[in-house]
This record gives sequence, C-alpha cells and structure tokens, in this order.
Amino acid sequence: MKLITVAGPPSSGKTSMLLRVIDWLKEQGLKAGVVKFDCVASKDDERYRAKGVPVLLGLAGNLCPDHYFVTNIEACARWGQSLELNILISESAGLCNRCSPFIRHALAVCVIDNLSGANTPTKMGPLLKQADIVAITKGDIVSQAEREVFQYQVRKVNARAEILHINGLTGQGKERLGALLAQAEDIDDLDGRKLRFSMPAAVCSYCLGETRIGHDYQMGNVKSIAIPDVSRPEVS
Amino acid sequence: MMEDIQSITILGGHSKSGEVEDVTLRLVPGDLVAVVGPTGSGKSRLLADIEYIAQRDTPSGRCILINDQPPAPEIRFDMGRKLIAQLSQNMNFVMDATVAEFITLHAECRDINLGETGLEELIQGVVTQANRLTGEPIVPDTPLTALSGGQSRSLMIADTAILSDSPIVLIDEIENAGIDRRQALDILVQNQKIVLMATHDPILALLAHSRIVLKSGGIADVLESDQDESALLEELQKADAAILAVREKLRRGERLAGSAFRYAEF
Repeated sequence: MKLITVAGPPSSGKTSMLLRVIDWLKEQGLKAGVVKFDCVASKDDERYRAKGVPVLLGLAGNLCPDHYFVTNIEACARWGQSLELNILISESAGLCNRCSPFIRHALAVCVIDNLSGANTPTKMGPLLKQADIVAITKGDIVSQAEREVFQYQVRKVNARAEILHINGLTGQGKERLGALLAQAEDIDDLDGRKLRFSMPAAVCSYCLGETRIGHDYQMGNVKSIAIPDVSRPEVS
Repeated sequence: MMEDIQSITILGGHSKSGEVEDVTLRLVPGDLVAVVGPTGSGKSRLLADIEYIAQRDTPSGRCILINDQPPAPEIRFDMGRKLIAQLSQNMNFVMDATVAEFITLHAECRDINLGETGLEELIQGVVTQANRLTGEPIVPDTPLTALSGGQSRSLMIADTAILSDSPIVLIDEIENAGIDRRQALDILVQNQKIVLMATHDPILALLAHSRIVLKSGGIADVLESDQDESALLEELQKADAAILAVREKLRRGERLAGSAFRYAEF
C-alpha cells in the first residue's frame, strides 16, 4: 500500500481536489481511502463517504493536531491495509504552519490556493518546503499573471517540488497528480520510520491544561519575547 | 524556446456522448480563431484542453501537439504556463500590491531583466496600453484590489500583450469585460501570436479568420470566413460604432433625438 500525506491550510481545497483525483485513480483500477485529520470539527468525511470512498475521521480535540497525527498514523495504515487499499491518503490541515505532517519516503503533497496572498508561501515553513508536490488551487478565479507570480513565490521556497495547478471544481490537472500518486513508493510498515521535520518543542504548563496567566503558572518550555529597553522621554 | 512555436495542432477526441471528433486542426502564428457554440457546448473545455496541452488524458480525449509533437513533461507542466497566456472571465486581482509593484514582480518571475529605467518604461508601457482600453485611467500607484472590473481586464490584456509575450493566447468571453474589445484583439494579435477566443459576439466571431463550431462537447465543424461574411462584418462594425456613439452621449448626460442612431456615416 502507498501512503500519501496531503497537507495544507483550511479551505485551500484539499478535499475537493482529492475527490477528483480519487475518481481518476478509480478509473485506473486503484482503490484509495482517506484518513482526515482535523482539529475540532469536520464534515469532509461525509463528502468522501457520499462518493463511496472508505474514510476515517480523526479529531485532535485539545491535542496538537500533528502530534495526534503522528501517534495515530500507524494504526490508520493498518486499517488501510485491512481494507486492501492500494493508496491511503492522510489529509490534514497544517494548522500552526510549524509542523509538517510528512513522513520520509511517503509522498508528500502540499496544497495551497492562489487567493492566500503572495507572501503566504514564505510564511508556511516546512509544510511547503518539505513537500514533493505542491498543488496550487483556485487558479480559475485569479488572473494568469497572478498565477505566475504566485507560482514563482512557491518556487522560491521549494526549488525541488513538482508544482501542479489543480482545479477542484472541474478536476483540471487531476490526471498528472493521480499519475504521481500511483507511482509513489509502497510503504508496508511505518514502525521506525521518520518524520521529515521535528514537531514543535513541548511541553509547557499550558499544554497540560493550565489556563491561568502569570509567571507562577509557567513551567517547562518557556521562551521570552525580546523587548528592547525603552527609556521614556520626559513629558514636558 | 518560447520563440520556437511554429504551430499547435488540435487532434480530435470525442463529444460528451462519445461521438468521434474527426478533426485535425493546425494553427500557426498570426492565426485568429473563434470558438463558437451555445452555452454548455464545450467552448471552455476546448480552451482548457489547449492550456493543459492535453494528451488524450482529459474528458474530451483530445490531443494537443506543439510543433507537430507531444510536448516534453517539463514543458507541459512547468514551462507550458509561459507558453500559453489565458484571459478568462475571471480576471480579478487579489494580491496586496500596487500596479507598479505587480508588474515588477511579474517581470521578475518571467526572467525579464531590465535596469531601473527599463523597468520604469515597462511599467509605463503596460499602464499606457491598458488605459487605451478603458475609460477610467489606471496609474502605477493604484492598488490592484482597487481596480474596477474594466480596469483589471485592461491591465491583464496589456500585461499579456507586452510583458507575458506568450506565443499562444486563449480568450474566454472577452465581450463581458466592459472594454474596447476591438482594440484589445488588435493589441493581442499584432505580435504574431496564435489567438483562440471563445465568443458569443458576432463581431469578434467574424473578425476571426476561421471559427470552430462546438456542439454538445464536440467540434462539429470548422468554418473559414469568406467575402460575404467580411461584408457583413463591416455592416456590423458600423452598427456597433453607432451604438457606442449613443452610449457615449448618454454617459455625457445628453438628451438624444429619435434619429440619434445613424450608422451609415461611420
């Protein structure tokens, strides 16, 4: 079974794009399923189910979503194998832009949309930088020149990835993405495999449920913001 | 490499119902082709197939050749973006930049290296050209997001003609743009490009040297324009100019006589 990790900001069009690509994979005789990792709520599982795609929904709740991902992905992979899937897609919203829920040797796809602003690619960090494929969506609602500029900004952050333009509404571009997914490496066992990038440092008292503000309540990993000394001018 | 486009060829696929499209259409620089057919007949699909340089892997099953050959994957999925410029109905700008900043950024990503003065001239050139197409002038300091629909489209067309310099231009429904369409076409065609435009507008359709007729997702016919049609085009252009003149008077707040529509004089 192939394991593909797909990540991108909320509402970037991941699910719409994947539904189109899964259609294409089905036409090629490949069986794909999805694990959707989200934070507090998601209805995306219903969209997959309506199309007959096997789907698992995992809500991280009050846990860091990407920590939740990494502690559960092995069991999800076993689920995929038990259903005899050819391809299991792990879909998650890269919520803090610090994590990249990408695993070494498992094909990693980053999804971003043209509407997110020209400087967004530089803000995304490992989520974009570590991807093998960058799928850019919503190209149909901006000008060609903006598409070019946006792609250029993406290229500056990730020089290595194949950049694809995908339209989640019409499915334009799904064939190339589908072909790349179908060619991905088979991964039969995740035990001992490595993430592409370390998770954020933990744990502080707030990770453990503290809600009060103040020095006395801070423990563990605490980092102070640099504030320059400002000598106040005399008020005349 | 971009100057090396000698032709594109459309090899037929099939219509929505699976009917075979018996078409081989080879277009060369300077060709202006209209794509006509009712809404839903597949005009946008045809343009999308060309933009994607389809290799029998889209729903239509069409194949697009560049210089009589299938393109290498890097041209198809990367460089292809610079080979083909697309002007669609959706030409909204969302980026947080001024017109000048945007043109600078676009030039940078097209690898156009100009000095300070060269860049200044390019910005002026694009803005001047855009202002020929619309009644509401753009200045380089205007934020992109403050442009009206007509201004956005004018800027987009000027950018395509001057800066992008893509040898193939695809236009979808330019008549909805609220700009001088005839001028826009002239600007685009003058640089020996292959231009395909989907249109419902009789003047634009007849301005084209040939037109592709679409029916239920398939190419039903390819017609060459003839002398009769050229004569008809002249009549239509006179009528169009007369309507524009009436519109202009109305915009200026004038009252019109019942005989205000006279097009023989144009």
